[in-house]
Amino acid sequence: MRPEVALPVLLPLLSGAISLLFWRSRPMQRFIAVAGNVALLLVSLWLFFAVLSDGYVTMQMGSWPAPFGITLIADMLSAVMILMTGIIGLAMGIYSLASTGRGHEKFGYYPLMHLLLAGVAGAFLTGDIFNLYVWFEVMLVASFALLILGGERAQMEGAIKYVTLNLLASVIFLTAIGLLYGTVGTLNMADIALRLNEAEHSGMVEVLAVMFMVAFGIKAAAFPLFFWLPASYHTPPVAVSALFAGLLTKVGVYSLFRVFTLMFDQTMGYLQDIMLWGAVLTMVTGVLGAAAQYEFRRILSFHIVSQIGYMILGLALYTPLAIAGGVFAIVHNIVVKTNLFLISGITHRLQGTYQLKKMGGLYRERPWLAVAFFISAFSLAGIPPLSGFFAKFVLVRAGLEAEAYVATGIALAVGFMTLYSMVKIWNEVFWKALPEDNHVPPSQTPVGDDGRLLKPSLWMMYLPVIVLAVMSLLIGVFAEPIMLVMNLIGDQLMTPTDYIEAVLGASASAESALITPGTQADLVGESMEETP
Amino acid sequence: MEPLMALAIGLLYAAAIFMMLRRSIVKLVIGLLLLSNAANLLIFTTAGMTRGAPPLIPEGMLQPVGEVADPLPQAVVLTAIVIAFGVLAFAVVLIRRAYEIVKADDLDKMKDTDT
Repeated sequence: MRPEVALPVLLPLLSGAISLLFWRSRPMQRFIAVAGNVALLLVSLWLFFAVLSDGYVTMQMGSWPAPFGITLIADMLSAVMILMTGIIGLAMGIYSLASTGRGHEKFGYYPLMHLLLAGVAGAFLTGDIFNLYVWFEVMLVASFALLILGGERAQMEGAIKYVTLNLLASVIFLTAIGLLYGTVGTLNMADIALRLNEAEHSGMVEVLAVMFMVAFGIKAAAFPLFFWLPASYHTPPVAVSALFAGLLTKVGVYSLFRVFTLMFDQTMGYLQDIMLWGAVLTMVTGVLGAAAQYEFRRILSFHIVSQIGYMILGLALYTPLAIAGGVFAIVHNIVVKTNLFLISGITHRLQGTYQLKKMGGLYRERPWLAVAFFISAFSLAGIPPLSGFFAKFVLVRAGLEAEAYVATGIALAVGFMTLYSMVKIWNEVFWKALPEDNHVPPSQTPVGDDGRLLKPSLWMMYLPVIVLAVMSLLIGVFAEPIMLVMNLIGDQLMTPTDYIEAVLGASASAESALITPGTQADLVGESMEETP
Repeated sequence: MEPLMALAIGLLYAAAIFMMLRRSIVKLVIGLLLLSNAANLLIFTTAGMTRGAPPLIPEGMLQPVGEVADPLPQAVVLTAIVIAFGVLAFAVVLIRRAYEIVKADDLDKMKDTDT
């Protein structure tokens, strides 16, 4: 019994439920938003150190033995993702206190936020493929509601695309699960991996692998499936944008990593090239899309797409070092991208618009905000010694070792293009003087009697921004210990037998070595009859 | 039985994709509805159609006798139906609100957020 694996899922669910009980009490919901997320962060730290010392932490729900019940399992990748969820959750909890309008709070903003975090944590921790689908849906439903909170026209239009394409991805995912169950007769991911390895290499497995790639590719916003993302991410309240940007697409990327290193590792020879060029095109289209934009959050949305390319590149190169680099890119991107969205929220609060042309002069007005933006933006572009540099460095090195010279070269070129967009924002928002025709009043601003901004609310918006900027700096400075963890992840993901052993016990994986492909059909039949 | 089911499922998928490609948002939601039903039927069929053999274990035994229906896909389908129901309820409310705001049942009029 290891409670730390279940708690990151249970705590946000509990906070959400308590928060719902206090539907009418705004102060109480705000208190739970912070307290619940502090607890989540503590539990995620607990899980992280437990996994660091033990390698794998598993729990069988309801004590049903492994392939029959639902398994919760945390390996290093899950633990790191949960830790990032905890950090971003707390940052959002605090930021939301100041940035969220009363109208949004009244309609259940905080309970939905907790529910979203529960869905994200569940997806990271489950070891059961159908359970993964369920957590995806929990996350999606919460994100649908958060996306349309406020009910403006742009939100509705964005939401229709977001909902349609994400539901389409869910159905493809569900179809693939159904066909997979028909093929191997089990839903436990470790068990599926065992049986797929035993099975003769058939066309069906490749079809399934492609279906999973498409389903998670839509969720992760990979080329050419990303069009829902720039159409919707800039429409909701800014705290929601930041939460989506930081966590949601990364769940899709995480699932790609999990499924293709554990279950479909033998199809990688066939899919590697598709994935590699998909990753490269994702980077290029994302960054080119951003170059054409002059709206703060739209630029950032296109850069999410572009950065997803780097993560998938790590998976596509498929060496332990490349996987480590891909996960490094995920961690770095969660911190930096969330922070950039948070900063766009503060600038919106100060100048009342997201249009770059109408903004300006913030370097003089708010030097510390400018410094935080500088760190995050240049980290995104991969300037040393910030976090993005090391993520890119590891990926480029892995790319050169794998002799994927063209893809590596394009990855470096995309870095320069990213720099171009970031410099554009820097010039327009912070460096140039405020244009004379800026008559847009600062919106949603709690203004005091003397007409000035109320200090405490801004303080709550600044705090997460500064903490995340410092984190990006620290990830760069302490890159070596972080790289040790990333290498551990790379090794763990590339040796799926350990994962299978952790879920099914040592006997199962030893047994599998003795089984020849011919007996596989009987084995499936047997286990289906035994299923309680 | 299985070939018939396969045909029906294929038809449902085709109809769903066709509906989703229309411009009307109502038809879009009908497409989503058909799509989730198709997936549910597919899961139901993958385990094999077994007739009149519930997976009950006779008293005093540890395993069911003979060939029985696989209960797991049915549990999975049940979960999937409930999820699809919730999500589609949301989608219906969403298109209603979208219709109220945009005043058109036409996806081509909802391009403001595209680039």
